Amino acid sequence: MNSKTKAIAQNAFFDVLALIGSIAGIVIGLIFAVAGRDQVIAFHGWLFAAASALAAVYLIKQTFESGEEREDNGYFDGPVRVATIATVFWGVVGFLVGDIIAWQLAFPILNLDLPWTSFARLRPVHTSAVVFAFGGNALLATSFYVVQRTCRARLAGRWSPWFIIWGYQLFLVLAASGYVLGVTQSKEYAEPEWYVDLWLTIVWVVYLLVFLATLTRRKEPHIYVANWFYLAFIVTVAMLHLVNNAALPVSFLGAKSYVIYSGVQDAMTQWWYGHNAVGFFLTAGFLGMMYYFVPKRAERPVYSYRLSIVHFWSIIFLYIWAGPHHLHYTALPDWAQTLGMTFSIMLWMPSWGGMINGLMTLSGAWDKLRTDPVIRMLVVSVAFYGMSTFEGPLMSVKAVNSLSHYTDWTIGHVHSGALGWVGFVSFGAVYCLVPWLWGRKGLYSQRLVEWHFWISTLGILLYITSMWVSGILQGLMWRAYDSLGFLEYSFVETVEAMHPFYIIRATGGLLFVIGSLLMAWNVWCTIRGDKPVDIKDQPRIAAAPELRDSPGAAQPVAAE
Amino acid sequence: MDYETVVTITQTAALLFFIALFLGVVIYVFWPGNKKKFDEASRLPFEQDEPDNGNGRG
Repeated sequence: MNSKTKAIAQNAFFDVLALIGSIAGIVIGLIFAVAGRDQVIAFHGWLFAAASALAAVYLIKQTFESGEEREDNGYFDGPVRVATIATVFWGVVGFLVGDIIAWQLAFPILNLDLPWTSFARLRPVHTSAVVFAFGGNALLATSFYVVQRTCRARLAGRWSPWFIIWGYQLFLVLAASGYVLGVTQSKEYAEPEWYVDLWLTIVWVVYLLVFLATLTRRKEPHIYVANWFYLAFIVTVAMLHLVNNAALPVSFLGAKSYVIYSGVQDAMTQWWYGHNAVGFFLTAGFLGMMYYFVPKRAERPVYSYRLSIVHFWSIIFLYIWAGPHHLHYTALPDWAQTLGMTFSIMLWMPSWGGMINGLMTLSGAWDKLRTDPVIRMLVVSVAFYGMSTFEGPLMSVKAVNSLSHYTDWTIGHVHSGALGWVGFVSFGAVYCLVPWLWGRKGLYSQRLVEWHFWISTLGILLYITSMWVSGILQGLMWRAYDSLGFLEYSFVETVEAMHPFYIIRATGGLLFVIGSLLMAWNVWCTIRGDKPVDIKDQPRIAAAPELRDSPGAAQPVAAE
Repeated sequence: MDYETVVTITQTAALLFFIALFLGVVIYVFWPGNKKKFDEASRLPFEQDEPDNGNGRG
């Protein structure tokens, strides 16, 4: 048997395996759909069965219709394209839901008096949509793109990368629809119930295996630092997810489960998870993005590769201990609180080391900030990273935390990290990726990126400044005593005082939503292949690799 | 051995272990012989527009 027939036999084997998997998915989905103990799990069973059936139909269609073998030599970019589009889609959804609940806080009547649109149900839709859907898809897309380029190897697996991308979207739909219908295990940022958690575990393990397998087939002796960060993100999120979601379902066909921990152990496990979701999902993964896209877009190597190694190891070792700072002045033992605070403060060093490394990459090319809004987005995101990683340790100091905790200051801090750092670095990566992946000479419009940049920046500034003022005001009102030792303000008075700031915050959020809509329009036009309106202003690096050195090439290369 | 002793020993051991590990990272990073390696690695994002198809898909 020569190597070609061997490859065909191997592919056929994988096709059959994938088909068996999707048929198993249909069966499992139907069992939940028919025998489910509650309406939501039955509905999710139908969804699961339908998604598996779609996959099966697609697989059969592929096997019988494709006369020619699929192109297997280039980079495997189909899943990256889907994840890039999903990033933009979920970004708009997540920002929009976030802004709706921001207006609900200012005007509670917008709850509509319906359970499904109440703040309590929409809030996890917002957080999951921005963190796991928008951020997660950005990480999936960029990690698959970056690992292939920096290893000069095609992504491992025939169907696994597709399974990861679509399986992850299914996870997101199951999670979000569950929240709206009132199914939650009430753990912040870990709301999905046990069966959705199990599904994510399967998807995530396949993600880890595909990433590792791609690393092992690399043609470069070194593993580029971005891949170290991506790998740390994938491994740690797997560990966090498994430990924090350990739960016993009431029934194997019902949605409800009970977490196995209780009391302060539960709280500590939850915030060990919660803070490392920030540290490894929203930081390590996106630092991987920074270490590829900032040098790539600036067309110069990272400022110090040595610093990036110290950055990696020190941030990995320190972050994992910082969780207890979410539980200051609680039943958590005092030493654990102090430990969390101390490690948070030590995090200043790797965080700022990383920020300096990202910013100084532009050293000698600062003029690009003026001419290229995409690199400006990336660099401003690194600046926000520096700002929020300064603010975070500050807030973890017990004395500061006694003022800031449970106030809007926390919300402002989270959003300077989420909108400024995670949002902007992802936008920058999307603006890079779209022309590169779809073989375009540049973005449809760089001017729209300028608009996106300035509108969103203004939105973030409105958001975080209003929340600073509101949060500190709130904290001071809560701790104000009169001369007789009574509380000076009732709780509802502090709520009333927040009102103007809530309107400013929601306005800032609206600007951020508008910015993301501009991005969606720009990305859509670029993918459709519209003639760029300002190609002359765009840098060389904006074009797809194959079009970069030949400005005369007229026809954009069609997507695979 | 009472609780206090165990705590003192494990905490000191962990402290020394992590300091040694960190020093190990710093020495590795600044070892003169590694400079070339890091310079090469830092150029990995560039000009990797085609996969190396030496062995096709595996």
